[in-house]
Amino acid sequence: MLCRAGAVTRMRAGQKLGLILLLTPLLLWLSLLIIIPHIDLFLLSLRERVGVRQYETSLANYTTILTEPLYMVTFARTAIMSILATALTLLIAFPVSYYIAKMVRGRARSVLFLMCLIPFWVSELVRTFGWMILLRESGVISGLLQWAGLAAGPVEMLYNDASIMVGLVYTSMLFMVVPLVTTLDSLDDAVIEAGYDLGGSGPSILREIVIPHAVPGIVSGSIVVFMLSLGNYLTPTMLGGKDSLWFTQMIYSQFIVRFNWELGAAFGFMLLVLSSLIVWVVLRMTGQTLEKTMG
Amino acid sequence: MTASTLPDLECDCLTKHFGASVAVDDVSFSVPAGSFFSVLGPSGCGKTTIMRMIAGFLEPTSGDIRIKGRSVLDVPPNKRPVNMVFQHLALFPMMNIADNIGYGLRRKGMAKGEIARKVDEVLDRIGLPGIGTRRVDELSGGQKQRVAIARCMVLEPDVLLLDEPLGALDLKLREHMKIELKALQAAFDTTFVYITHDQSEALVMSDQIAVMNTGRFEQMGTARDLYYRPQTAFVAGFVGDANRWQGRVIRAEGEALEIKTDGGLILRGVGPGRGLGIGDKAEVFVRPEAIRLAENTAQLSHFDTQISGHVSTILFNGAASRVIVADASGAEIEVTLPQSGEFAHLSRGMTVHIGWSGEQGNCFAAQGR
Repeated sequence: MLCRAGAVTRMRAGQKLGLILLLTPLLLWLSLLIIIPHIDLFLLSLRERVGVRQYETSLANYTTILTEPLYMVTFARTAIMSILATALTLLIAFPVSYYIAKMVRGRARSVLFLMCLIPFWVSELVRTFGWMILLRESGVISGLLQWAGLAAGPVEMLYNDASIMVGLVYTSMLFMVVPLVTTLDSLDDAVIEAGYDLGGSGPSILREIVIPHAVPGIVSGSIVVFMLSLGNYLTPTMLGGKDSLWFTQMIYSQFIVRFNWELGAAFGFMLLVLSSLIVWVVLRMTGQTLEKTMG
Repeated sequence: MTASTLPDLECDCLTKHFGASVAVDDVSFSVPAGSFFSVLGPSGCGKTTIMRMIAGFLEPTSGDIRIKGRSVLDVPPNKRPVNMVFQHLALFPMMNIADNIGYGLRRKGMAKGEIARKVDEVLDRIGLPGIGTRRVDELSGGQKQRVAIARCMVLEPDVLLLDEPLGALDLKLREHMKIELKALQAAFDTTFVYITHDQSEALVMSDQIAVMNTGRFEQMGTARDLYYRPQTAFVAGFVGDANRWQGRVIRAEGEALEIKTDGGLILRGVGPGRGLGIGDKAEVFVRPEAIRLAENTAQLSHFDTQISGHVSTILFNGAASRVIVADASGAEIEVTLPQSGEFAHLSRGMTVHIGWSGEQGNCFAAQGR
């Protein structure tokens, strides 16, 4: 009995060591790259510079953000445009995913899936530059319109909110398609057929059977796309031009241009709170939990 | 023809090609109102294709499907007066039981109160009152089965199609559901078309059975017809168990034939109307339960086929126990073991005598003569 108990303890100790070893990379990652920088950022955001190398703890940075209309407008603009970009991505990705998951079989299916992936083989910079080539005044689309006689002179399609939206949706597509294909794939074809058999029409089956089944995929895809859009820097900067401010640009300018790390840190925290809040609201509204959508 | 005598379902020269292969080959049948019709066949014989054509998910290459005398070929599946119980039931997991059953009624645009009343009514009829608010995954296999049937029956279809719905259940429950399905069919008084590869499901429940093989109907008839009077070698081998020999006809007197098997046995049999003549290659089928087991030849004197051998194996399976008897040449014959206690002492290696009368030996022309 005694030696068996000893063996069991030894085995448990071994399991524990294995668990610790397996968790170490994750814990290192989380603590070094996420938790420690955020604690430092948070402390930084609570400092107010009162003189040269003199700091006091205060909420001054946060009151600056709340009282300066430009900051708040940019903040709200970024949030609303990200939500819009997420909704558009969902609208475009859903039929695509349904087609991939339910309509095609075998080889065609992997080819289509690969085609969604191909844009991600080139860097984001090149991808965004591609849109600039298409949309700029001397670009492909402008040239085509003039050639077809639909436009008298060169048409500038860059540097506005619409071009930002195009860029954001394009960049986010894959992150919506993958979870949607996965959830739609798990819907038994017979269930859809049963819907038809019992008298359902296309729209009613979509509303009552397909979408309710796909909710976890829709929510998880939307969360990822929303966060990517909110934190995107390159696309709004390159496609948006001077008037199209994005919140990440303000963080960048505070840190790098203005060298005001305190205010930049406060911006960063506002963004974190905003994204957490919106994700929480979406989860509550759809009755999903984070475990269910990410699991 | 008046409406009451019109068959609920008629298929006329139904054919379906998939590319170059023929899944269903010129099949015609009609199912009278209120009857239980089964299509029995091995997997891949085309029975599911027939069912999907009736339901409207596949379009026949040629032929016609009529429901209550009206062709439904250009009616989409959601408008056909036919409903289907799917192999894995396909209940909607995102809805509770009441919403599942009410789905079709909602699509018809029925008022909410009316739907609730009908759903309660049908839940009563399937013996599961008050489960409306439960989720699909909270039900047992048998309950799901009944809900799937209720979900169709609440729409009062002319024909209910069932695609091997018992396949996913365990043996005990399957036996129970066979009886229950038959009772439900009687209670709803609706035409059931049932497809299965399990002969016992078909034999127990059906009024009419069609045995299907490689896209064609081999034989159509009652369970008794198929069992006692198989018309083709396939039916004789597929429905029920049978000992099977191949050989040549050596004597023919009217319907009575004498066949010498490839193993050298002389067997007597009948092949009514199958045109077997001397020298023809033939197959003989004898059911294990048609063979009489005896301890001495005297008891078998009235049988025209008699074989002596020894017990090679005893397959004990309660009432369905069998003995495998090996004759002098080593050929093995399955014989049903009578449960009267007479052969309780039987053991391996013992010498036994078996015999059967000639009309039990069903002879068919062997394929590829």
